[in-house]
Amino acid sequence: MQELFWILLSAMVVNNFTLSLFLGLCPFMGVSSRVETALRMGAANIFVLTITSICAWFLNTFVLAEAPYLRLISFIVVIASLVQIVEMVIKKLSPTLFRQLGIFLPLITTNCAILGLAIFQTNRGYGLLEGLFFAIGAGLGLTLALVLMASIRENSELASVPEVAKGTGLTLIIAGSLSLAFMGFAGLLSAA
Amino acid sequence: MRETTRQEDLLRGIWRENPVLIQLLGLCPALAVTNSVENALAMGLATFFVLCGSSLLVSTLKKLIPHEVRISTYILIIATFVTVADMTLEAVVPEIHKALGAFIALIVVNCMILGRQEAFASKRPVGRALLDAVGTGVGFIIALLLMGSLRELLGNGSLLGISLFGPSYEPWVVMILPPGGFFALGALILALGWIQQRRAPRSQPQEWPEGVADREAA
Amino acid sequence: MNGALSVRPEVPAWRLITTMALAGVLAGALIVIVHQSTQPTILRYKAEMLRRAVNQVLKQPERYETLYIYRGALIASVPEGVQSKGLDRLYVGYGADDQAVGFAIAAAEPGFQDIVRLIFGYDAMAGRLLGMKVLESKETPGLGDKIEKDAVFVSQFDGAATPLVGVKGGRGSDDPGEIDMITGATISSRAVIRIINNALERSVPLIAAREASR
Repeated sequence: MQELFWILLSAMVVNNFTLSLFLGLCPFMGVSSRVETALRMGAANIFVLTITSICAWFLNTFVLAEAPYLRLISFIVVIASLVQIVEMVIKKLSPTLFRQLGIFLPLITTNCAILGLAIFQTNRGYGLLEGLFFAIGAGLGLTLALVLMASIRENSELASVPEVAKGTGLTLIIAGSLSLAFMGFAGLLSAA
Repeated sequence: MRETTRQEDLLRGIWRENPVLIQLLGLCPALAVTNSVENALAMGLATFFVLCGSSLLVSTLKKLIPHEVRISTYILIIATFVTVADMTLEAVVPEIHKALGAFIALIVVNCMILGRQEAFASKRPVGRALLDAVGTGVGFIIALLLMGSLRELLGNGSLLGISLFGPSYEPWVVMILPPGGFFALGALILALGWIQQRRAPRSQPQEWPEGVADREAA
Repeated sequence: MNGALSVRPEVPAWRLITTMALAGVLAGALIVIVHQSTQPTILRYKAEMLRRAVNQVLKQPERYETLYIYRGALIASVPEGVQSKGLDRLYVGYGADDQAVGFAIAAAEPGFQDIVRLIFGYDAMAGRLLGMKVLESKETPGLGDKIEKDAVFVSQFDGAATPLVGVKGGRGSDDPGEIDMITGATISSRAVIRIINNALERSVPLIAAREASR
């Protein structure tokens, strides 16, 4: 139990996917200008990450045990198709949910956080349960980073910023400061 | 279709439309593995190989790939080249492979590569596609090397592992840590923006505040 | 290519599926070929790295062999039909007189930033460590990574009495069970000590049972 808790918190804050591993930067730079959107994007991410984790575990355990060199190619194909299927299912079952999360799903498939999760999970030899905690932690971490970034940007829009610094430059510097702040979480989980 | 010259195809990606610094594509590797020049170079070369290989193959096979499944086919081709690059690096330079870790596999989702296939290689002759891939790939390597040198120089006081500032230099350790990646890229982009702004007043002075134009004139 | 507005003809589904299947088979074949040609080099390198690490922490034994942990016991060879791949293992080194000089034990636990993986040599007769080597860590450069790079810190584990106790750095303690922790990297140093102590707690009963049954 303690180990699962460690995996969750490690992926969420100590080794935050976006701020310390640079995964999922596209939505972070692109979508994160409103808190509301950031929250939805985060929710969609948690969802896809969880599915990916189960999927990767299944592939690793039952399909790729004898052929690990085909891992990358199977991961990318299976994840992309699966997300598409999930998208269709949600569209059929719950149009409301689809309207809220759906538009983000195709965006997420090509997001490196998803493939990154599958690869990290494999490299570390996580089982099904560990993988699930890892996925949820990573998803929560992404959401946290997105929401923090969005709330800062909502405010910085009103600030008077030199013309040259508007846009990506400023976003990157803010991201750097957030990343610096998140470094403070290191050591949190090393109870000695 | 607007025709571009060969020279344009080759040179465009290197600076004017640099994938990382101007188009902001492939940021993940540009930030994650540029904590030393060596890692940056290895990542740059691996990406270069994948990009050239994929562009060559996609543009050769473009007539055979049905439009409906083109993206899936591109991804399949890219993933194949990435796996090949991954194994080759592990066999030839295992130390660097270990340092880059999962980020080699993540070349697959580098949107720069898929973008070149969709926007260029799938529509042009093989030679042009290769020129474009070489240009874009070199541009990517240049951006990574810039980041890598900046971070290694400040964060470790060295370049390619050779110490430059002597033992009295106190390294800015933060530059080789994750926040340093954001700061370095942010600084590069701000500097580029500033240079462009300094140049701009000559052609359209009315757009800029008086101070800038005055200084330029003086 | 000339008429950008020309109507794209409908492609039958079987052609899409055939194309994808063909592409998949070709991609798979290429990967398998490269895999076959690179795999020996990769495996050789990994084995060489492991050999070097084991030899280093066991202080260059005459030879060493692998022991698998199977059903709560140490065995030298895996029974028929059991996959050795997923089993935990440790390595026993022998001196020139064919006497066991010590056991090399690998372990991994959270450090300051992420998991720290290390291997250490343990002399079961004397209850002392032979040496320690960090295999993998992401500790802070310049501070936490001293657990790997600081020769003074690392050399303290040679001959240290177990269980290890960490003490504040800078005192130059002479007690063989006390490890001077690195100033500015207390958590990383403490993690190394904890990893070794926990691994010993798990392995010593196994080693004792093996010695008793001989």
